[in-house]
Amino acid sequence: MDKVTKTELDNVVVRFSGDSGDGMQLTGTLFSNLSAILGNEISTFPDFPSEIRAPQGTVGGVSGFQVHLGSSKIYTPGDDADVLVVMNPAALKVNANAVKKGGVIIFDSDLFIKSGFEKAGFKTENPFEELGISDTIQLIPAPLSTMTQESLKDFGFENKTVLRSKNMFSLGLVCWLFNRPIDQAIHFLENKFGKKPDLLHANVKVLTDGYNFGNNLHLTISTYFVEKSHETPKGKYTSISGNKATAWGLIAAAQKVGLQLYLGSYPITPATDIMHELAARKDMGVKVVQAEDEIAGITSAIGASFAGSLAATSTSGPGLALKSEAIGLAVMAELPLVIIDVMRGGPSTGLPTKTEQTDLLQALYGRNGESPAVVMAAGTPDDCFHFAFMASKIALEHMTPVILLTDAFIGNGTSLWKLPTLAELPEIKPNFVKAGTENYKVSDRNEKTKVRYWSFPGMEGFGHRNGGLEKDYYTGAISTDAENHQKMVDTREEKINNISQFIPELKIEGNKEADLLVIGWGGTHGHLMSAVNSLNKKGEKVALAHFNYINPLPKNTVKVIQSYKKVVVCELNSGQFATFLRSKVPAVEFLQYNKVQGQPFTATELEEHFATLLK
Amino acid sequence: METTATIQYTAKDFKSDQYVRWCPGCGDYAVLSSLQKVMADLGVAPHETAVISGIGCSSRLPYYTSSYGFHTIHGRGGAIATGVKVANPKLTVWQITGDGDCLAIGGNHFIHSVRRNVDMNVLLFNNQIYGLTKGQYSPTTKKGFVTKSSPFGTVERPFRPAELTFGARGTFFGRLLDVDLKTAQMTMMAAAKHKGTSVVECLVNCVIFNDGAHGWLAEKEFRGDRAIALEHGKPMIFGKELNKGLVLDGFNLKVVTIGENGITEDDILIHDATTADTTLQMKLAMMEGPEMPIALGVIRDVEEETYDAAVEAQIAQVQAKSKIKTFDDLVATCEQWEM
Repeated sequence: MDKVTKTELDNVVVRFSGDSGDGMQLTGTLFSNLSAILGNEISTFPDFPSEIRAPQGTVGGVSGFQVHLGSSKIYTPGDDADVLVVMNPAALKVNANAVKKGGVIIFDSDLFIKSGFEKAGFKTENPFEELGISDTIQLIPAPLSTMTQESLKDFGFENKTVLRSKNMFSLGLVCWLFNRPIDQAIHFLENKFGKKPDLLHANVKVLTDGYNFGNNLHLTISTYFVEKSHETPKGKYTSISGNKATAWGLIAAAQKVGLQLYLGSYPITPATDIMHELAARKDMGVKVVQAEDEIAGITSAIGASFAGSLAATSTSGPGLALKSEAIGLAVMAELPLVIIDVMRGGPSTGLPTKTEQTDLLQALYGRNGESPAVVMAAGTPDDCFHFAFMASKIALEHMTPVILLTDAFIGNGTSLWKLPTLAELPEIKPNFVKAGTENYKVSDRNEKTKVRYWSFPGMEGFGHRNGGLEKDYYTGAISTDAENHQKMVDTREEKINNISQFIPELKIEGNKEADLLVIGWGGTHGHLMSAVNSLNKKGEKVALAHFNYINPLPKNTVKVIQSYKKVVVCELNSGQFATFLRSKVPAVEFLQYNKVQGQPFTATELEEHFATLLK
Repeated sequence: METTATIQYTAKDFKSDQYVRWCPGCGDYAVLSSLQKVMADLGVAPHETAVISGIGCSSRLPYYTSSYGFHTIHGRGGAIATGVKVANPKLTVWQITGDGDCLAIGGNHFIHSVRRNVDMNVLLFNNQIYGLTKGQYSPTTKKGFVTKSSPFGTVERPFRPAELTFGARGTFFGRLLDVDLKTAQMTMMAAAKHKGTSVVECLVNCVIFNDGAHGWLAEKEFRGDRAIALEHGKPMIFGKELNKGLVLDGFNLKVVTIGENGITEDDILIHDATTADTTLQMKLAMMEGPEMPIALGVIRDVEEETYDAAVEAQIAQVQAKSKIKTFDDLVATCEQWEM
């Protein structure tokens, strides 16, 4: 047997790629979870095509799942892969540029044949040469299909069923490559297939055979080992996707405040998982109405809010556009409402499965009239829990619609999530009308915070008429009076601006004494932090100001930004936040770094760009 | 509800302090006062009653009742009322809408709230014109009618609300005429008592832009002969002299005179609003003058599970079985590990 060495790495990126039907998402999820159980930091990102089942073996049907493991804090699913597992030639073609020098490609050699090359659109029968794959990359051919068939020959399954298990063979192989005992993977499979013993035994058998296949590979190869992370705060963890975390944040808020949770929504990529997650939570009393359209999604939620529920609607960019008028109603009626926009590539239908931050100005300004609403953005998948909770809290305490921006990248991606308890979450105190209030008017508000008092049907003595027409400040009756309208416009604005007194101040990460301040917002936090940390390790001085609260901005924003000489705003759009900041901090010259490709930043490109700014 | 049901309300209890701003002579006044009377007779407290509307002349109605009211945005009243009722099924929910609000911009919400059978009462004010925007044709305006946006007559085929309601699998359809208070109140009361989406087409006059919209029917002198007030279980008899009736002639309805050609009261059809089959109800709803009388009253009133009740039932069913009671229980279901 040739010598097998074991290399210790601080962090490693593995990408699984195959046909949409090859089970790559499951393989990737199992691998990342079992690594997390062994103490690694994890971050994952699935990348799937918009077609549900494109023809097998074609480039259009390639679906991927990337996992980043680390022995220290990691912030992103990683840029290029150390190890790429491809189930067919099409997957190789799609991912060939995403492998690091010195990396490894494992491929199903059974499908690397003439017909496979043709389906993937290769012109020759040597795809590696055709793609110009660096000879520093080690190729590991593994006959996944035939080995899986061999493994399951005694099970009496149809060939189609047998081949569905070949993802487990690749998982076994990768477990070997990373020195991961497969017991934990078997435990996961027991949970998944517990009710179908045949499938469970088959998957465990293939997994084990895949592991042993690696063990018996007679070639010189370095296996990897990623040490436990010691930077992760102690506690119980799970891995969670941003969309699930968002749904759970709403559930936690509803339970904390003791209100019923209502979601009105219409299916739209990449936000639908939020609705799925909430629809499954009947046990928590969550009411989900899958409405006839986006407008009914939000307006039924406004109805539920009017009737005293914590109400939310979930959508993506095109849906937010349809909801504009209704958000204006929630602004005018001063009702609590959480609007979640999982941003995707636009305009119009755009790039439904890809990520962008191009809805910011729509969220801030996309309504008729002077129509201020709270706008927030979550930074990481696990962050979505916190910000969905906070969006609910702000909506209920300040009687306003809150738009929470997440995106396809953090919505579908996963990260470690330290399990919270309800008790440790902050209190939520809605601005209910005080018992005993006499002669209540719909327009009654706390004169200091400008927050309207909330009463709803079922509460005796507080009957009122609300609506989208302008109201008299004092009586709540409809009014077209000129002075009154000005007063109401100013009041609604003041109410929103006042929220800056209740949100955390902007904090600086990285080197506070920096020569360069990097500004970001929302789902780019991981990539920006990685780039900033990397430069600081190399002796540069770079700081990061990452925004989660956008309207209103944290109250120290101007002071913080003005204390840096050079400021660059990085975002996945053509400069929307930079435009917004220029209107708020006119004295500062904001440089921009923008990308609108439907893809997240890479830490590498950011680092390179910041390095040029530091020169 | 039980504590309030014993209180006797009067129409005054449902009047707000707001000045009613419809044009003098508008048909909406009569419907409003009928509604306030019905709300009082129904015995549901004002604070347990929610009146939701969209945009248009009739959609101003919530301001004039003392209950909880919400005057929302154009066309969306049906969806908003759905949210109100699903959020709190104990409420009595009225949706006030017009032919433009309900059947043009709000058409989608209308058919879907009817399809879901949300337990709410929809008063569809049909004056066959857009009043608040000053006189354009609506989806129910008769073909050829001259309006500001159809100076040469409309070239559009109108909707008939009954047909749309039946097509959306509606469980209740009634019709009233603004000036016929007795039938109006009877129909509204039946709508309120019906569990499910009750659609009541309110034939109202617009004195400014479509005066005499339902004039043929509204003329008091002839109304007895031109309208038939349908009641479940009663023979379909009408006419000033109460000597006319409806019978089946092949697949069609026909007007006959009792006492002529050997026709007796026993030959007249008995109205069945509760049968699931819509065939005869549809024929009744679609009758048009001058050959046939216009049907008023309760045309269809069928029991089916309501959406809001089904939502509650499913939650109760899942909760009875699930071990997850709290957020902490939910978190405990995660695949989890110590780090």
